[in-house]
Amino acid sequence: MALDRWIALAILMICMAYGYTAFFTMDASLPPFMQRNPVWPSTFPKVLSVLAILSALVVVLGLEKADSDEPKAMDINYRKLHEYNLTQALGLLALMVAYALLLRPAGFLIATTGFLVLGSTILGERKFHVMIPIALFAAVFIWYLVQEVLGIFLRPWPFFMGV
Amino acid sequence: MLEGLLIGLSTAFSLTNLAMVIGGCLIGTFIGMLPGLGPMSIIAIMIPIAISIGDPSAALILLAGVYYGAIFGGSTSSILINAPGVASTVATSFDGYPLARQGKAGKALTVAAISSFSGGTIGAILLMIFAPMLANVALLFQSPEYFGLMVVGLSAIAAFAGTGNVAKALLMTLLGLIMATVGEGALFNLPRFTMGIMDLQSGFGFITLAMAMFALPEAMYLVLDPSRSETEGGSNEIKDLRITRDEAWSIAPVIGRQSIQGFLIGVLPGAGATIASFLGYAVERNIASKEEQEQFGKGSIKGLAAPESANNAACTGSFVPLLTLGIPGSGTTAILLGALVALNVTPGPRLMIDEPQIFWAVIVSMYLGNLILLILNLPLIPYIAKILAVPRNYLIPFILFFTLMGAYIGQNNATELMILVGFGVVATVLRFADYPLAPLLIGFILGSMLEDNFSRSMQLFGGINFILERPMTLGLLIIAALLVVVPSYRARRARARAEGAADGD
Repeated sequence: MALDRWIALAILMICMAYGYTAFFTMDASLPPFMQRNPVWPSTFPKVLSVLAILSALVVVLGLEKADSDEPKAMDINYRKLHEYNLTQALGLLALMVAYALLLRPAGFLIATTGFLVLGSTILGERKFHVMIPIALFAAVFIWYLVQEVLGIFLRPWPFFMGV
Repeated sequence: MLEGLLIGLSTAFSLTNLAMVIGGCLIGTFIGMLPGLGPMSIIAIMIPIAISIGDPSAALILLAGVYYGAIFGGSTSSILINAPGVASTVATSFDGYPLARQGKAGKALTVAAISSFSGGTIGAILLMIFAPMLANVALLFQSPEYFGLMVVGLSAIAAFAGTGNVAKALLMTLLGLIMATVGEGALFNLPRFTMGIMDLQSGFGFITLAMAMFALPEAMYLVLDPSRSETEGGSNEIKDLRITRDEAWSIAPVIGRQSIQGFLIGVLPGAGATIASFLGYAVERNIASKEEQEQFGKGSIKGLAAPESANNAACTGSFVPLLTLGIPGSGTTAILLGALVALNVTPGPRLMIDEPQIFWAVIVSMYLGNLILLILNLPLIPYIAKILAVPRNYLIPFILFFTLMGAYIGQNNATELMILVGFGVVATVLRFADYPLAPLLIGFILGSMLEDNFSRSMQLFGGINFILERPMTLGLLIIAALLVVVPSYRARRARARAEGAADGD
C-alpha cells in the first residue's frame, strides 16, 4: 500500500475518534437549556466527521486513482528517503524543539544566536568567524525590532538576570 | 460624487495624511514580506499608534496603507521563498515560486507588482462608484447565503487544488475544518475537542498553521535535497525585471477580469482576499486554453497575475461593507472597525452623510498608496530580492528562525512552537504523499466563519430547513456539489476511454 493510503487510513482513524466524540460523548455535558436549540455545539462536527470519513474511505480504498503513480521530477521520492540529507533535516527539527524549550529560560538573544549558529553548523558551515557575528547582529536587531518598534515583549537575557 | 472626491483630495493631500500613506505602505510592505506577520497582526499592533494620532481619517489612511502594503509585500515572500506570510498570497506562490526557481524571479515580481497595482486601483475606482449600490446587494445576503457561498468557495478550492485527485484535496479541506472546531467557538462558549489541554482552549493559531503547512516543509525539502535550492539557469540574481509586450497583452484581460471579480468577492462579508485569490486562480485556470492550463502551477504568468489582482481588489472591496454597513468582512477589517470605534467614529450607512471626508479621504489615499507602492517597489525589488542570493547554509536557519518567530510573536507562547514543529513534520510527510496543503489551511481559516453562519441559519430557520427555504443557498450548495463531482467524473471517464483505447485492437 502506498504512503498516501496509509496516511488516509491514519486520518480516517482520527476522523472516527472525532466523530465518536461528536456523536456520543460531547452532548453529555450540554446544559438542558441548550438542548432546546436546533443547533448544538456538536452539530457541525457531526456533519464534518461524516463527510471526512467518506472522503478518507475514497482515498483508502483507492476509488479515485491518481493519473500517474510515478513521483514528479520536482518531488522527493519518499521510498528513497535515506538517500537524502535526512540527518541534517532531523538535526534541524531537534534544534527547533530545543529552541522552543530554551527560548524563555535562556532568553531571546542567547537562544537565537545559538539557534542560528548551530543551524548553519548542522548544514555544514564552518566559517564561525562570519557566522557568529551575523547571528549576533541578527538576534540583537530582531530583538530591537520586535521589542522596541513593535512593542512585543521578548525576554532578552536568561531568567536569572532579571526582567 | 465630484464634490466628495474634492473633499477627499483636500483631506488626503494634507502633509500628515501623505506621510501616513507613505509610512503605512512602507511598514506594510516590509512586515508583509516577513513570513509569519500578516496584515492582521501588524494592524493590531499599529492600533495604539493610530489611535494616538487622534484624527480618524489619518488613522484609517495609515491602517489601510499598512493593509494593502502587507498584501503587496506578502506576495514577494511567496514568490521568492514560497513562505506566504499572508493567507491571501498563498495562491501567488503556486505560480510565482516556480517562476522564481526557473530564474525568472524578476519577471514574477514585476508581474505581481503590476497586477497588485491594477487590482488595487481598479478596486478603488469600483469602491468609489459602487459602494452605495453594492451595500444593497450585500444586504440581500443572510447567514444561509454566506454559508452557501463559503461552501462553494471551499469546494472550488478542493476541486482545483487536487488535479485529478479531488478526494485527497477534499479530505484536506475537511481536516482543516475539523481543526478549526478545536477550541472555544464564538457561538457556544464551550471548549470542544481540547482533550483537556489548556493551550488548545483558544484553538490552533492561524499563523502557526500557515508556517507549518508552507514554510517548514519547504525548508525541510531544501535541506533534504540541496539541488532544489539551485535555480536552473545559473544565479539567483533578479536581473530581468521587464516583461514583453506579448506577456503584457496576455495578462491584461486576466487583470481586468480578476480585479472586478476580486472586488465583488471582497465586498461580500466573510469572503475576503483569500477566497478571491483562490477563486481567481481557479477561474483563470479553467478558462485558459489547454496549453496554458498545463503551465498553471509550473510558472504561468497568468496564474500569477490572477490571484495578485484579485487579492488587492478584494482587499479594497472589503472596505465596502465596513464603510457602508459597519460590518467587517474579514478579520483585518474587523480590527479596523475596532480602531474606528475607539476614535469615536461609527462606520455605517450614515458615515457618508455625517463625515464624508473620512470615506473620501480613504478612497483617495488608496489611489495614492497603490501608486506609491508601485513606484517604491519596482526599483527596489532587486535589492529586496537579495534575500535569495544568501548562501543556503545561512538562509535555511534564518527561514526556520522566522517561522519560529512568526508563531511565537502571534501567540507569545512556547507551546505554539512545539505545535509548529509537530505540524511541520506532519505537513512534510503529507507532501511526500502528494497531498495538497493549501486546502487544509483555507478550510481552517474559513472553518469558524462557516460554522457560525451554519449555526445561525439553523437557529433562524429552526433546523436544516434553511437550505430549502432559501433558494439561493440551495443553488449555491448544488454548484458546490457539482464542483467536486464533475472533475472526478470527467477524469474517470477520460481514464476509462484511455484504457479502452489501450485494450482495444
